[in-house]
Amino acid sequence: MMNGEVQRAYGTVTVKRGLAQMLKGGVIMDVINAEQAQIAEEAGAVAVMALERVPADIRAHGGVARMADPEKILEIMEAVTIPVMAKCRIGHYMEAKILEALGVDFIDESEVLTPADEQYHVNKWEFKVPFVCGARDLGEALRRIAEGAAMIRSKGEAGTGNVVEAVRHARAIMGAIRRIQGMGEEELVAYAKEIGAPYELVLETRRLGRLPVVLFAAGGIATPADAALMMWLGMDGVFVGSGIFKSENPYKRARAIVEAVTYWQEPEILAMVSRNLGEPMYGIDVRQLTEAQRLALRGW
Amino acid sequence: MRIGVLGLQGDYLEHHQVLRRLGVETVDVRLPSHLEGVDGLIIPGGESTTIGALAERYGLMEPLRRMAEAGVPIWGTCAGMIFLARDVGRPQPTLGLMDVRVRRNAFGRQIDSFEVDLEIPALARVGDPRPFHAVFIRAPRIEAVGPDVEVLARLEDGTIVAAQQGHLLATAFHPELTDDTRFHRYFLEIVQQASRR
Repeated sequence: MMNGEVQRAYGTVTVKRGLAQMLKGGVIMDVINAEQAQIAEEAGAVAVMALERVPADIRAHGGVARMADPEKILEIMEAVTIPVMAKCRIGHYMEAKILEALGVDFIDESEVLTPADEQYHVNKWEFKVPFVCGARDLGEALRRIAEGAAMIRSKGEAGTGNVVEAVRHARAIMGAIRRIQGMGEEELVAYAKEIGAPYELVLETRRLGRLPVVLFAAGGIATPADAALMMWLGMDGVFVGSGIFKSENPYKRARAIVEAVTYWQEPEILAMVSRNLGEPMYGIDVRQLTEAQRLALRGW
Repeated sequence: MRIGVLGLQGDYLEHHQVLRRLGVETVDVRLPSHLEGVDGLIIPGGESTTIGALAERYGLMEPLRRMAEAGVPIWGTCAGMIFLARDVGRPQPTLGLMDVRVRRNAFGRQIDSFEVDLEIPALARVGDPRPFHAVFIRAPRIEAVGPDVEVLARLEDGTIVAAQQGHLLATAFHPELTDDTRFHRYFLEIVQQASRR
């Protein structure tokens, strides 16, 4: 771009974070085949997450959960015009490289899959494709951003149909952002150390009054009211995993959740779209899960 | 002057922020009643299929078309450009206001998204013709334009990425993702001219 020379720059921070900005106010839906992907697109999803199993089935199935079969991901990429995301295991650099080579639009380095590295996450800066990562609090969110994540989502407790953990994580992140607004710079240094986050990112977050990247809710969202609740808590959009295709009427529920995210400030519309959706997915009380069954505790 | 920003989905907040920095009053448009008293409208980036589906379900298509026919300026960025187009080559709801044929995801997938400096001579109208730093994200392109459409910008290979048809403006890229306010000021000029009439 020097001397008036026209040169395109690919994979920049602006285009990676920018795609996440385009997803705001939208719903990203887990799908396991082309048919579900088309239902999601028609219902108004802004993107789909291509999976072999939704989190509820990963939970039920047990064993090691890995990146989906590339054939499956390609089938879904061919079925829709909206962005397609796919999950790699935490710290699994090569799964991420494979997903990038497939041309997926976003990689979710996800605790829903079995972690591959118990110490380090993927260094996301060296990829052209953007990454989204889960976080339970501000420190975890900023560590992921320091590693190059272009988007953050709450972890929630995936596959439970129980929104309580997503609420906890959203409140933790938003509450911490509000608290640092009132801190002096000398307090911020100590606070950054306390939460294990880079000082510069804490400073930037304070200046912006929000995370430097888009923040979505994820984990346990099952109804339009759940989705609207997450928007009210300050999230930029929502992921819905098992909540749609594990319910009685996926298309109707998907559509209702899309509308709830746009019209979360209009209770009359929420009341209307929440009517007659059929049975939601069967939920799990998170307190009944053992530590080993808690996906949100994965990631460091 | 009051500018509405269609807030169904996408990066509408970024448009609000640029407009407010320019001292312009903005309104969120999610329902037909929100269009009252609006002098111009921006349709942001996002997913055009989502924006189209919501606009159709919540009765915005006809009010938006009537507004454009009444001469109220509309500017669409990326998904907004798709939503304005007459032809997008596939069945999805669009306003069909601009006589252009648009191709979605014309550059490929996200890894093909890019930034580039563009020559946009028309920006001289807001006093500064320097190249505009344009951000393309899974961007569409304009494949053909009708006789009333003026091409405002092309890539180095000739691809049309910005166009104007009287009071309607379309960009395949996202001026709202940069600090450069010239395109917003260019749109506000169009709005001012229209409200003088």
